[in-house]
Amino acid sequence: MSPRIPLGLEVAAARAAAGLSRLARRGGGTTIPGKLLWKLDPGAIDHLAARLPRGAALISATNGKTTTAAMVAAILGGRYRLAHNSSGANLVSGVASTLLAARGAELGLFEVDEGALPEVVRRVRPRAICLGNLFRDQLDRYGELERVADRWRAAVTAVGPETTLVVNADDPQVGDVGRIAVQAVAFGLDDIRHAQPALQHAADSKWCVACGTPYRYAAAYVGHLGDYRCPSCGHARPPLDVAAREIELDGLEGTRFALVAGGETRRIELRLPGLYNVYNALAASALALTLGATLADVQEGLGRFTAAFGRFERIAIGDRRLLVLLIKNPAGANEAVRTLVAGGAPRVAVIALNDAIADGQDVSWIWDVDFEPLLAGLEHVVATGSRAAELALRFKYGGLDEGAVEVVPGLERALDRGLELTPSQGELVVLPTYTAMLALRKIVAERGFVRQYWERAA
Amino acid sequence: MKLVVGHLYPDYLNIYADRGNIAVLARRAAWRGHELEVRPLSVGDEIPREGVDIFYVGGGQDREQALVAPDFAAKGGALRVALDRGAALLAVCGGYQLLGRFYRDTNGVEQPGLGLFAHETVAGETRMIGDVLLECELEPGERRTLAGFENHAGRTRLDPGATPLGRVVAGFGNDGESGYEGCRLGLALGTYLHGPLLPRNPWLADWLLARALERRGESPDLAPLPDDLEREAHEVAARRAHERGGRA
Repeated sequence: MSPRIPLGLEVAAARAAAGLSRLARRGGGTTIPGKLLWKLDPGAIDHLAARLPRGAALISATNGKTTTAAMVAAILGGRYRLAHNSSGANLVSGVASTLLAARGAELGLFEVDEGALPEVVRRVRPRAICLGNLFRDQLDRYGELERVADRWRAAVTAVGPETTLVVNADDPQVGDVGRIAVQAVAFGLDDIRHAQPALQHAADSKWCVACGTPYRYAAAYVGHLGDYRCPSCGHARPPLDVAAREIELDGLEGTRFALVAGGETRRIELRLPGLYNVYNALAASALALTLGATLADVQEGLGRFTAAFGRFERIAIGDRRLLVLLIKNPAGANEAVRTLVAGGAPRVAVIALNDAIADGQDVSWIWDVDFEPLLAGLEHVVATGSRAAELALRFKYGGLDEGAVEVVPGLERALDRGLELTPSQGELVVLPTYTAMLALRKIVAERGFVRQYWERAA
Repeated sequence: MKLVVGHLYPDYLNIYADRGNIAVLARRAAWRGHELEVRPLSVGDEIPREGVDIFYVGGGQDREQALVAPDFAAKGGALRVALDRGAALLAVCGGYQLLGRFYRDTNGVEQPGLGLFAHETVAGETRMIGDVLLECELEPGERRTLAGFENHAGRTRLDPGATPLGRVVAGFGNDGESGYEGCRLGLALGTYLHGPLLPRNPWLADWLLARALERRGESPDLAPLPDDLEREAHEVAARRAHERGGRA
């Protein structure tokens, strides 16, 4: 046991560490103070969270955590002062750092790593937990998908009736977690025109969570997300409390849909493309409504929302533009590809594959991504990152002409090569993994084209 | 020449990008003027005793593995006949485990395997995860390396006298102790290495294609291909295994 130090002293020391981290140019200082506080007194996080007068909400999912949390912040930001980990530092230390930095906050809004969720739930005791989806992702880090679902189930079983669960009913595993909560809000898509002709190659939860029989899908929207029913035991998508209907996809420009909740309908205009962003917006809507927002707040907040950093972010570089779409697992990358192709397939792309811990050291997932529709329109691909050659092989064996692939391991040189191949006034598509995205943003920030992520307003 | 790959349970056992291995076999056959037909063989399908040159079986999560195990066990007899008639086989990760006598999970529950390979697998408390490098000698005097990634809770122990696929240069291997990885029985190969395995180890893809051609009575000689990218990917993966491969 460490000796008890007054919470005020711990907080002061940890805050000082954040400033030192930035001074030392080690990064944003977004996790260091939290790590320090964690060392000094793991229980301090519980106390800091308990001080939030309006409690806290957690958001977890394989894909869309950062975007969903940023959308909720856009909806609720005018109403409450938020403690929001907008930089994406989503482990226990990141939540702690945010709590430390947010003086006078009323409501905690935290995206939480899937693996860290049980611990954060135990400490923060949230009034709402929003669970978005579970896809295969970094198996070297998280382990098997079912294990993650089991840990989520255990965490939800332990919370009291004062915690509302907001779940994506379209994901069989996640929808099933919602069934064990005392209070649950289920959201999902309800527009069969946007169903996929078949389940994607990397679809995961294809078998009934209750009996193992393959589900029948009335509609599969993104990966295994959709309207499913088990032909054997009848396990099916729960009824939707919050739904998106009459969805219109407008290429790379945006999406529109009818948000249906509590018997009312509002038209939502979103400046983000792709069906997966409709899911993010639905998750954000359902959670925000649970936290006290009105439908008018939702409509207004989503209407002025623009991309979270690195997630469909456009950055002007001289007379050219970068379009940055983070890719980190098959389901997310498939949606990035699908959205790009729907908007008119690009002719030049820089694709960056790193294999640090935060990217996943196991790079096999790139072979599960359906890159082929993108390859069909590409004239030049610059493969970069620490596993650039592996990525180039993925494209070579995917049928791209070997002459169309350039291997440029250094990110900065690859970016410049991509810009060189992009015509004036043109847009360069960049698909980086997580650490490559951070590195690329740092490069363009150093050139003065974008602010560092920790300087971005919440 | 038309060659046939029998892909076992592609809808269940596909967790570590197994289709990458299939793509490599297909392209490398096509670049040499051969056609590769890929025949999915899933739950309820019969294994043809003739006509398949290479069988491939990948890995799945525990749930998927449990779902196919009884069906796979029932296919054991037909698979043995096909292998006796000269077919080759590559089994990766979960598929490799299922080809042994049994898999015992952490609760002590045993899942019977096909018993083709003389090994048994017992789940350990921790997973063995990381880059791995092997040295193998599939043809006498031809030492080659295989670079891949492993992620398994099972500790696989070969019977005395059983032949491993290779010697572990860096990484865990079968059980993290023996210093060996995989198993070989004639033209049947089993391994924990994914990554997927074949893109960065194209010599093994060519070895399988050569055995398939031999089975069809053709010359196993395959024209060399410009494998610069493959070599580079292999070198990076091999370096990773040295830098950060698992140590028991």
